[in-house]
Amino acid sequence: MSTQNEPRSDLVAAPSRLPKRELALFAALLVVVLGVYAVMGGAYSTRMLVEAACYAILALGLTIQWGYAGQFNAGVMGFVALGGFSAMLFSVPVNEAFWASELPGELGLALLYLVAAVLVVVGATRLDRLGLPKRWRTLIAVVVAVLLYLVVMSELRSVTEEIHSRVDFVGGLGLPAWTGWIVGGALAGGMGYFIGKICLGLRSDYLAIATLGIAEIIKAFLKNSEWLTRGTATVSPLPWPTPGPAELGFTLARALYLSLTAVIIAAIFFLLHRAYHAPWGRMIRAIRDNEISSAAMGKDINRRRLEIFVLGCILMGIGGGVLGSFNSLFDPQGYLPLNHTFLVLVMVILGGPGNNLGTIFGAVAVYIIWIMSEPLALFLMHFAADIGQAWFGWDSPGNLDSRALQARVFVIGLLITLVLRFAPKGLLPEKVKYHD
Amino acid sequence: MPLLDARDVHGGYGGMNILNGVNMAIEADEIGVIVGPNGAGKSTMLKAIFGLLTVNQGEILLRGEPIHNLPPNKLVQKGMGFIPQEKNVFPSLTVKENLEMGAFLKPHNTRRMLETVYGFFPPLYDKRHQPAGELSGGQRQMVAMGRALMAEPDLLLLDEPTAGLSPLYMNEIFERVKEINAAGVGILMVEQNAKQALAIADKGFVLAAGQNRFTDTGAALLADPEVAKSFLGG
Amino acid sequence: MNELVFFINNVVIAGSVSGSIYAIGAVGVTLVFSIMRFAHFAHADMMTFGAFMVLLLTLLFPGAGDAVGLPTAVVMLPLAMLFTALLAVGIDRAFYKPLRAHGVKPIVMVIGSLGVTLMLQGLIRLFAGTGGQSLYVDDRKEILRLALPFEGARAPIVITEPQIILFVLTIAAVVSLHLFLTRSRLGKAMRAMSDNPDLAQASGININLIVAVTWIIAGGLATIAGTLLSLDVTFKPDLSFFILLPIFAAAIVGGVGHPFGAIAGGFVVGFAETLAVFNWSVLLRPFRDSLPEWLAQAGNLAFVGTEYKIVVPFFILVAILVWRPTGIFKGKVI
Repeated sequence: MSTQNEPRSDLVAAPSRLPKRELALFAALLVVVLGVYAVMGGAYSTRMLVEAACYAILALGLTIQWGYAGQFNAGVMGFVALGGFSAMLFSVPVNEAFWASELPGELGLALLYLVAAVLVVVGATRLDRLGLPKRWRTLIAVVVAVLLYLVVMSELRSVTEEIHSRVDFVGGLGLPAWTGWIVGGALAGGMGYFIGKICLGLRSDYLAIATLGIAEIIKAFLKNSEWLTRGTATVSPLPWPTPGPAELGFTLARALYLSLTAVIIAAIFFLLHRAYHAPWGRMIRAIRDNEISSAAMGKDINRRRLEIFVLGCILMGIGGGVLGSFNSLFDPQGYLPLNHTFLVLVMVILGGPGNNLGTIFGAVAVYIIWIMSEPLALFLMHFAADIGQAWFGWDSPGNLDSRALQARVFVIGLLITLVLRFAPKGLLPEKVKYHD
Repeated sequence: MPLLDARDVHGGYGGMNILNGVNMAIEADEIGVIVGPNGAGKSTMLKAIFGLLTVNQGEILLRGEPIHNLPPNKLVQKGMGFIPQEKNVFPSLTVKENLEMGAFLKPHNTRRMLETVYGFFPPLYDKRHQPAGELSGGQRQMVAMGRALMAEPDLLLLDEPTAGLSPLYMNEIFERVKEINAAGVGILMVEQNAKQALAIADKGFVLAAGQNRFTDTGAALLADPEVAKSFLGG
Repeated sequence: MNELVFFINNVVIAGSVSGSIYAIGAVGVTLVFSIMRFAHFAHADMMTFGAFMVLLLTLLFPGAGDAVGLPTAVVMLPLAMLFTALLAVGIDRAFYKPLRAHGVKPIVMVIGSLGVTLMLQGLIRLFAGTGGQSLYVDDRKEILRLALPFEGARAPIVITEPQIILFVLTIAAVVSLHLFLTRSRLGKAMRAMSDNPDLAQASGININLIVAVTWIIAGGLATIAGTLLSLDVTFKPDLSFFILLPIFAAAIVGGVGHPFGAIAGGFVVGFAETLAVFNWSVLLRPFRDSLPEWLAQAGNLAFVGTEYKIVVPFFILVAILVWRPTGIFKGKVI
């Protein structure tokens, strides 16, 4: 059930040739983009392209986890949200009311308590080195952890409630957006390290379960921490690192933003390409393809896996930051598993897991289809409802629009299962070359 | 007509042939023993007969009917039983449940066959409510043989039934194999303990590099100085 | 005494309720895991689908409950279980079987099941909308108030009719599952296949049959779990990933591939959740005078707010994966 013995056609290194398939697919994509430009206008199509480019960064993050290393991350949304949060925190103007009050000091004090509590608990877990029996050590550590947790939490809660009621929220740092993107990548990478450290030595299913869970938790945290993110009240506008629409008009400003994201993608693409063909990349693929023999050859499998997982998460964090800044709105409730996890998954498996070019193609193509499917779904639903009413006298339910959008959920699900069955290597399969 | 007749069998895993033309025939009441050095394809031949790997060339007949490349559950229906060398019990099922699984395709026979199997292996009756995973290696081998017998097979394939067992259990297992054969079940087994196995064999097959090197009666092979020199350790 | 009653109402009863639901959900997940060796992410939406079937049938035959004296939803449960079981078998034939035949890695099956879960989600919400709906269409939810025969216990223990039904159904489901797995030929064959698939095949056990039986049981159990959840509160079409995490945590805590471990795991997770969101300061109230001031003043001594409930199963999951990835009753699938 678990081994694949069928001969692989891609084992044979193809002689260098004109990449016809790639050229054809990208040419088709270009035609579609131009079509959208002609029909919907410049402002709309540049917005679509920028968003597609942001998704391409996310998809690159996922393609190295899934395509290079066979790790399935079911919680892309959480890492994207972390990036968006970080972009918001760093770029939004400073909240003078907060910094003028005594609240920063109190918050700092509460955070100091937190650090101290963590240190005490860590110390308690080391008590056995002083000769305490292990059972006692565990008991003491747990009791201390529970008590300190309650104390610190109630302290933190009172400070944060104070912040929320008096000055709305802590505000931003007023720094350029790109600082937030970098820190967002670091935050996401740190979270990935934590999850990966726990799950990567175990069955691959556990990683999927844990990432799914952490994504919902990150979302719950961002939604409920009103003092930090304003929660459901949302934060806007987020400043752009490039001149905004107010100065240049929509099309030009978005085109400028697009060129910025294009530079980022190009940089990531170049670095990944280098890494993929470097010894490091070969090692990663060796581990994916045959774990046991790689371990036998003395490769530190878990360390390599952790590296690749964290790298993927960093890219998702950066992509989330770029996307968040572009939307100019931080709304924790806007992060949905469908839009930010499964859409990215479809992009990767359709485009070609492990093939960076295929992944970028998949990202742009799927995003265009996704955007276009919204009006289409609404149209079809209203059409069906009208027919139902005219012919059979049915009363259409009131929340027709929100239901119509559920049809897209169905289509994404169907697409995933169909691709897995009929094109498991994607439209642009990874080219595995040997003896290069 | 022989019970099992394998003719010029070629086969292996994923396109690589391990068997390069093996011939093997045993009658309904015979014990056949396959011996040979490591890597000769002994266990592979057994798996090829039981449909666990692809036969690329040649044919395998059971009572004259071609059976190569049939799935294992079809072969069990046709009266074949297979006892793998490792992982040959269901560890969390009790001994009795293990035996019942052997009779999955013939549930109405269960009670009668349980008595027969307990008759062959009395220790199993005492341990019938214990999980098979808690038994010793020899007892597990008994459970495995009992499980295969539950389906009332005409032909039993055993892959190194005495591997890793103490000499005491080894003799016990050989005795049981003889008894089972005397009850009318054809046996084909792979063995490392070549001398002991050939001593009870009606037919012996010495394989090397995926081909027959010597094929004769067990007694004749034991007596053959060349076989003794190359394969039986002098 | 009132505080004790409060504790019973908010922890013992509430914990048993969510524990039962998680337990039945986790058993289905663990059975699928032990036979097909992958984490079935569509289980939560199968639960929702089952509950939706119950809702539809209840709307179709609103009076059926009165004839028997039970809520209509409970009367319709067997029929809904049948439909969901058929759906589960159909999904396997259409989506999982081709993947299995290709011999893909388990993680690809996981992604396939995510695709299936999205399809189910889309269909259910397309027809049911996204808002909550009560399964009590025509009949009323009975609420029982049991006064305690103690001096000073003024507040009664509150238990609702669906909660009683839930306990009865949970016990019935667990007992019948136990009998099925230990007494019936197919149940034993399922355990055999979970122990050693190759040997099961070599014994002549029909793998496709066992897979189908597994899906029938998984679908039926999912219907029970989903219906119980909807009876206790309301039918919510969008629970999916929120219910998935506690169920997976329960299955892993109990040792994957271990049905009765999953039941224990379900109650562990259910009680951990209710204990974590319980406000412990209530229990301190009677001792108010003898406590240090900072403790007596604390208004809220819950470990996590209800909005962070999902952290609890995640924390349990992480703890078990770090401490003992095979679960408390050593699971078979690591």
